[in-house]
Amino acid sequence: MPLIKNGVEVEDTWTFSEDVSNLPSSGCITVPLAQLTDYADTLLSRNQQIGVRLSPADDPHTLQPYLDRISLIEIDFPKYTDGRGYSQAQLLRRRLGYTGELRAVGHVLRDQILYMNRSGFDAYQTARADLANVVQALKEYSAFYQPAADGHSSVFSRRHTKA
Amino acid sequence: MYRYDEFDAQIVKERVDQFRGQVERRLSGEILEDEFKPLRLQNGVYLQLHAYMLRVAIPYGQLNAARMRKLAKIARDYDRGYGHMTTRQNIQYNWVALKDIPDVLEELAEVEMHAIQTSGNCIRNVTSDHFAGATKDEIMDPRPWCEIIRQWSTFHPEFAFLPRKFKIAVTAAEHDRAAIRVHDIGLHMRERDGVVGFEVHVGGGQGRTPIIAAMVNEFVPETEILDYLEAIMRVYNRFGRRDNKYKARIKILVSETGAEEFTRLVEEEYAAQQESEKIALPQAEIDRINAYFAPPEFAEKPETSDAFERAKAADPAFANWAKVNLHPHKVAGYTSVTISLKPIAGLAGDATDGQMAVMAHLAETYGFDDIRVTHAQNVVLPHVALDDLYDVYRELDAAGLATANESLITDMIVCPGLDYCNLANARSIPVGQEIQKVFADPAYEQDIGKLHVNISGCINACGHHHVGHIGILGVDRKGEEYYQISLGGRADEKAAVGQIIGKALRHEEVPGAVKTIVDTYRDLRISADEKFIDAVERLGVEPFQEAIYAAD
Repeated sequence: MPLIKNGVEVEDTWTFSEDVSNLPSSGCITVPLAQLTDYADTLLSRNQQIGVRLSPADDPHTLQPYLDRISLIEIDFPKYTDGRGYSQAQLLRRRLGYTGELRAVGHVLRDQILYMNRSGFDAYQTARADLANVVQALKEYSAFYQPAADGHSSVFSRRHTKA
Repeated sequence: MYRYDEFDAQIVKERVDQFRGQVERRLSGEILEDEFKPLRLQNGVYLQLHAYMLRVAIPYGQLNAARMRKLAKIARDYDRGYGHMTTRQNIQYNWVALKDIPDVLEELAEVEMHAIQTSGNCIRNVTSDHFAGATKDEIMDPRPWCEIIRQWSTFHPEFAFLPRKFKIAVTAAEHDRAAIRVHDIGLHMRERDGVVGFEVHVGGGQGRTPIIAAMVNEFVPETEILDYLEAIMRVYNRFGRRDNKYKARIKILVSETGAEEFTRLVEEEYAAQQESEKIALPQAEIDRINAYFAPPEFAEKPETSDAFERAKAADPAFANWAKVNLHPHKVAGYTSVTISLKPIAGLAGDATDGQMAVMAHLAETYGFDDIRVTHAQNVVLPHVALDDLYDVYRELDAAGLATANESLITDMIVCPGLDYCNLANARSIPVGQEIQKVFADPAYEQDIGKLHVNISGCINACGHHHVGHIGILGVDRKGEEYYQISLGGRADEKAAVGQIIGKALRHEEVPGAVKTIVDTYRDLRISADEKFIDAVERLGVEPFQEAIYAAD
């Protein structure tokens, strides 16, 4: 599946592994949240980078003790209609201060990517959207009413800031 | 009325372009109906029984002449010459072609209108008191905050894929005409020690599981309300049920979690917000938006009008209309006029393009260019001088818009029902029309007094039957239409869910049953001053049950 990061297609060097008892000896691995918390010592002492994949019901606060030691957080959208990932992303970026890669995986469609970007995602694994479409989708709006994780000033405050 | 600045205009324009692209991709087959669905749905485009339906947002019901004329033009050019006012103070067009919708949106943008978030699992059109800014009984005008909430909720990136749709209503009057206790969030504006704020109700709703909202906070100051709303929305987005569409509204989360625990979750989330997460709405912005709603320049007039009194004496039909369709105004010599869209045996909430043009003209000529759509599917001219009323009336009458029934029994809320809607189990429109015919005599109807009959064609309750003083719900029994009757529902500050009084009735039995209920009330009321709803509260449903089912 193509991976788009910061607006360009990049090679994906990560592998998702459901089960940590059978990890490949090399390469970057993401694991489910429960696996990370259960096997934190083993996983975080590996030579390779470690990442985590959140399911919609996962509480991002659980990641707090590990945030400075993980290099990738994937947030899974099993269905595009399940919007919990947007709150997880905002919490990670704005409340918990996570600054590493935040990747949307699963049912990631072109027309949701702007909302994802605003919520703090910077990478998208998407089956159908090609590079041009995603870049286009990110440019469809030039002003936003509310502040979010993307750092744009809200229209509410732009109205009262001298250019 | 609020006017767009360059940001508002830009955002709406960008939406039109975006949707045009989405429609092109759909029509070319690049995206499938399944993928198109969430896009059209957040744009108010539904696939209905006969065609696509377009729902246009009328934020807090606010129109002016230019907007009304545009709605008329769209009805004429793209639909079959009429539009349908909805219980969310919006307008729907039932016969628009998909390929035309981008053009319709572009025309709407010319008059600062759009269809953004009029459907889909997102924050919908904010509704309010249709007499806002005019009525005597409000402590302030709630519309500026409706506008602020409209902007805040527009394309909110975190809350576009909620478990289910989300509706917010705001009132600032003691008598609640915005039905805030049957909304996902209901806000009642309050003033405390000179600070403006909101009493916050959460988790009300109708549909399959009618619930009256719980009060989660007595007073949130206006400077904090958007952050507080964010906290509520995040708790709902994270913890609301997604396993069952019918249990996904916030009312279920509040009732299953318990109001106390839900409130704790909201307070916890709110307390955890860091400074950097706050919306930090500048005071200058609150002031800027408030300024758009400054009252018009009313002339100084006496309480009464000689011209008005003379016209009433000369024209009994006018006197009759004026007795029923006027609401007290905060300024002497003025009144708020309800234009009923409920003619006897008509289609509730429908207006033709010609009628829309008449309403636009009247607003411009006599009404400070202000028009509102009500959640009861009528239209209001909020500021009309008593001196001008007779002129207004005659023009309305000539356009078939002078039905004198505001809040009376023939002023029903009726959903489109099986005639138009692919969710419905039974027809609503003909049932409403047949009941109207029973009460068509104005003297009879006025003797009955205020009485809300609400009719839904299925349990989704678009016709608000749970909160009708008399509620009628269409159900399907082995392919036959039956109707369940409930009594004692109300949507105001004493909000309550109606109680079902017995087994469902056949279509043809319904008008007679309603007449029996009404006549029972007339027999049992203490005096003509005791309203129907108060009598039901005092008596319970038993006397009415007995009257209907005694023969069985």
